[in-house]
Amino acid sequence: MLNAVKQSWLTFRSIFTGMGVTIRHFFGKSVTLQYPDEKMELPKGARSRLFVNIDDCIGCNLCARACPVNCIDIETVAATQDVDLGKTSTGNPKRFWLTLFDIDMAKCMYCDLCVHPCPTNCIYMVPEYEYSEYDRINLVYHFSNLEPEMVAEVKVKAELEAEQKKRDREEMMRKKAEEKAKKELEEKKKAAEESKKEDKEEE
Amino acid sequence: MSQILLNINPIAILVHAAIPLTIILVYALVAIWGERKIAGFIQDRLGPMRVGGWHGWAQSIADLLKLIQKEDIIPTDASRFLFKFAPFMMFAASYAAFAVIPFSSAYIGSMVNIGVFYLLAVTSVLTLSVIMAGWASNNKWSLLGGMRSAAQMVSYEVPTIASVLTVVLVAGSLNLMTVTELQAGNDILGFLPNWLIFQNPFLIVAFIIFFISILAESHRVPFDLPESESELVGGYQTEYSGMRWAMFMLAEYADMLLLSLLGATLFFGGWNSPFGDFMGGPLWGFFWFMLKGLLLVIVMMWIRWTLPRYRVDQLMHICWSILIPLSFINLVLTALWEVIF
Ligand code: SF4
Ligand code: SF4
Repeated sequence: MLNAVKQSWLTFRSIFTGMGVTIRHFFGKSVTLQYPDEKMELPKGARSRLFVNIDDCIGCNLCARACPVNCIDIETVAATQDVDLGKTSTGNPKRFWLTLFDIDMAKCMYCDLCVHPCPTNCIYMVPEYEYSEYDRINLVYHFSNLEPEMVAEVKVKAELEAEQKKRDREEMMRKKAEEKAKKELEEKKKAAEESKKEDKEEE
Repeated sequence: MSQILLNINPIAILVHAAIPLTIILVYALVAIWGERKIAGFIQDRLGPMRVGGWHGWAQSIADLLKLIQKEDIIPTDASRFLFKFAPFMMFAASYAAFAVIPFSSAYIGSMVNIGVFYLLAVTSVLTLSVIMAGWASNNKWSLLGGMRSAAQMVSYEVPTIASVLTVVLVAGSLNLMTVTELQAGNDILGFLPNWLIFQNPFLIVAFIIFFISILAESHRVPFDLPESESELVGGYQTEYSGMRWAMFMLAEYADMLLLSLLGATLFFGGWNSPFGDFMGGPLWGFFWFMLKGLLLVIVMMWIRWTLPRYRVDQLMHICWSILIPLSFINLVLTALWEVIF
């Protein structure tokens, strides 16, 4: 009997303590963020969507090589002598046309490894995380800003120049070879004359 | 019999049937939304916020529309008739009981002189419909839920009736209208309203017993064993979907309101204003009555989001070895008090 009273007292006390706790929370402030309407600021260093400031990219391929899952696809074409691609904002001269710069965000695992090697700090993560797509192909981001005709043009130009260079080099090689042959010939002549002279002296 | 039928006006019947139904439906929509809001606030969330603009007030309406569109699934091996019938019977049971609730001094569905008796009898049908749903579903979770609830409701009916009996003893009437009229005025200690709960100390104990038992009768936490989500999936509702499930939900909320209103009538003066004649009259009466009932409902919700669930044996222990003896002792003591004073 006494036990039952004690138990009941304990029960009621714990019930009212509990209800006190809940009523305090009832009037307390809620922690909910009304997500699409208000957003939390991402903390510094949060990993999110990659962005490439293509104007600063020198096409060094370091980021692509750093990526563990090979989701960065870069294709460069050397700039011909007649164009000057200018300099990046960090002062590095640009020597390549970036005909292709694709990042497959579907493959990316947000490891941040591609960000640090970049010599011009032009690949980085932007605080953007709402980019789901219905088709996976849409997750491949194209950063190269060259038009297809432009790409074709620079490729042709680069090829021509490369051929020209090759020809020039061959020409140079030939000239060098000719000169060398001439020199050798002269040297031989000289040697022959000298040996003649010596012969005469001996006589 | 034919005499009675001749005296009945069909339009009057419709009106009398429609008034409680409207109250139940509006209340259910508000209460379901309110419960989610209360749950949200207690858990430091916001609850529904989107539908309808201001604090998601239209959430229940949207849910209702969704439920109407859902497929009505009936398991192949279920007993079709019982399965289909159970939710309607459950709602009918709690709806029928509203007939004897005096909503205001000017309105009561039926002025029968055995109101309390009728109410308790009709709500017992709830047990039957729960077993019906559990058994007809042909599913072990449903069956277990149905069995548990049958045991629970049968057990808790005893303390409920004993505590109601205490009130009846003091009031001397089974008609809820008469019981309410008895509680008019502000005479206790010069300012307290003449509500039964203030009239004698044993009625406070009776109210506590009554409140605990109605929590169990309407399957509210901490006595929600029949539908304990974490153990029995949904208890007897497991196999139900769409509108039939909504009927269960509606019946449950209606039952909660019914028992709260009964509590308000029996212990808190029904439609009597707490300030005597100030703010009296039928319309204010309705307001006060609903306010008292809804406050009890809110306390029930508050408890729901505070306490964990009891085990089956604990539930039975509370009922049979504490509440029932206590309620009978209380009944006897009240009788003595009435004789002496
Ligand atoms: S974050 Fe990692 S996975 Fe993604 S592109 Fe950079 S290196 Fe590759
Ligand atoms: S490391 Fe930087 S500069 Fe080099 S290719 Fe990648 S983005 Fe361009």
